[in-house]
Amino acid sequence: MLVTLFGISVLVFVMLRLVPGNIADIVFNAAGMIDVAEKAKLEKELGLDQPIYVQYAQWINGLAHGDLGYSYVSEKPALQEIAPRIPITAKLAALALGFAVIFGVPLGVISAVRQNTPLDYVLRVISLSGLSMPAFWLGLLILMGFVAYFGTIPIYTNPPKGFWNTLLLFSIPAAAVGFRSSALVMRLTRSSMLEVLRQDYIRTARAKGAPNQSVYYRHALRNAMLPVVTVIGIEAAFLMGGLIVTETVFNIPGVARFLVEAIRWRDYPIVQNLVMFIAVVAVSINFLIDLLYAVLDPRIRYAN
Amino acid sequence: MSILDLPLTVEKTEPPESIWSKLRYHLARNPLGLVGAAIMALFVFCAIFADFITAYGPTVTDAAHRLLHPGSGHVLGTDQMGRDIFSRIIYGARISLAVGLGSTFLGSVFGVALGLASGYLGGWVDLLIQRIVDVLQAVPLLVLALVMAAALGPALDNTILAISIPLIPYTARVIRSNTLALREQPFVEAARGVGMSEFRIALRHVLPNTIAPLIVIATAQLGAAILTEASLSFLGLGVPEPHPSWGRMLSESAAEYVRTAPWLVVFPGLAISLAVFSTNLFGDALRDILDPRLRD
Repeated sequence: MLVTLFGISVLVFVMLRLVPGNIADIVFNAAGMIDVAEKAKLEKELGLDQPIYVQYAQWINGLAHGDLGYSYVSEKPALQEIAPRIPITAKLAALALGFAVIFGVPLGVISAVRQNTPLDYVLRVISLSGLSMPAFWLGLLILMGFVAYFGTIPIYTNPPKGFWNTLLLFSIPAAAVGFRSSALVMRLTRSSMLEVLRQDYIRTARAKGAPNQSVYYRHALRNAMLPVVTVIGIEAAFLMGGLIVTETVFNIPGVARFLVEAIRWRDYPIVQNLVMFIAVVAVSINFLIDLLYAVLDPRIRYAN
Repeated sequence: MSILDLPLTVEKTEPPESIWSKLRYHLARNPLGLVGAAIMALFVFCAIFADFITAYGPTVTDAAHRLLHPGSGHVLGTDQMGRDIFSRIIYGARISLAVGLGSTFLGSVFGVALGLASGYLGGWVDLLIQRIVDVLQAVPLLVLALVMAAALGPALDNTILAISIPLIPYTARVIRSNTLALREQPFVEAARGVGMSEFRIALRHVLPNTIAPLIVIATAQLGAAILTEASLSFLGLGVPEPHPSWGRMLSESAAEYVRTAPWLVVFPGLAISLAVFSTNLFGDALRDILDPRLRD
């Protein structure tokens, strides 16, 4: 895990230094200035004149001490810029995942139980289109729908007050992001259920007279959930992709949109710390999922 | 009479069915896969013959005919600069397919090379490659593609490269696990027995046997690559002007027209979704045919 994170830090750091032109170039081009001495002074101030490995060591050293450096653009500490945006994106991600599980799992079970019926075909086509639609397009379509029926656009302008207002404002973009995840969860639940339903112990359960509902939800679903949990874990980390475009569409000031802005501005301290943060979250979620396996499936035991 | 003079006859068995005849057989029984293949063929046709299908150039602006409704001489209307939407979508198929196929191909080449080396050689090579794969896989696809695209700068070939890198770990993983299984097969031992070099065995005997899973994963990645290109271009970090890209048609300028000119939003998104949908349909059918273990 630490090796992976080290690798990511090197990868991100080196990639960002491949960018043709640094912040000093941008500032100078934008201001139309070409004073070489001024530019050198700015580069020195930002530490850009140091060799790349020194810059890297400084960054990692800072990370270890909780010092993420300063944003080039706002000149505020990077931590102050990033931290307040995290809860916004976290809420959105949690809602989207909730959406994925609430719709994905039951629809997947229904689709599996009614295999090869018209209902199954309809659900499968819907889930496949969910996987094919770009999240930002779905977001734009939702906005269009709101314009047509309500005459307003539910985009983020002021921070919402109160629990219900927050839920209302966030659930629309969360649906746009979560549609894809629910499609994925549904597909996986379906194929996993189909596999489990063919097994002997299901026949045994039926033979002893267990009602359908109990066979599907108590016997089959419990075992079918293992691969589904894996995918939910992977999705939790990869929701980021959908969040980036959706936060842009709905004008939500979360970390995902902030990443794109920072990349456009070549704001290295923000970009490298944000990507690191995303990677840490992704790696930790995968670790938690591994632990969750042992809880869900008693046959899996990790050696102490 | 030496052993060499003995007639060397091999019992003739049923010829193995070729992938193509199997494909035809299954597509006939799998109408959804056939639909997917047909839509894909349509997009390829549009990309190749874009010049003959469209009446207007994709980048020709016309200030007098801005934001025209669909119909009215322009089938799908015009955008805020008076450019014909239909032409831009047809020419956009070229960009989407070029980026989709290009990055899938590049990602597959790197992924196969890494996966084959990792699985066949084992040892420290395997360990090193697996760590690299872990690193690449730990960063979400779009995030890695965004940073790559920004690092390389806006250009068509850079976009292809930026999208291909995040695809590598998935291919490498699949090829590695297949290679691990194939390495223990009797025919590999036989090849070694007749004195074939390890390199030749890996390329001539192991590699061809990984084609089926490779095709399955590459088809799935084609859709992901097209979606990623659209997202990058939507965010303004993908294919630059003057190339007409579906994703960029939907970016900020179009978002303003959600109220007034919905056709600017509907049609490019429909094109993206349909293209990805067709690769998904086709990919599912391929997986059923080539990888029976995954069949549901």
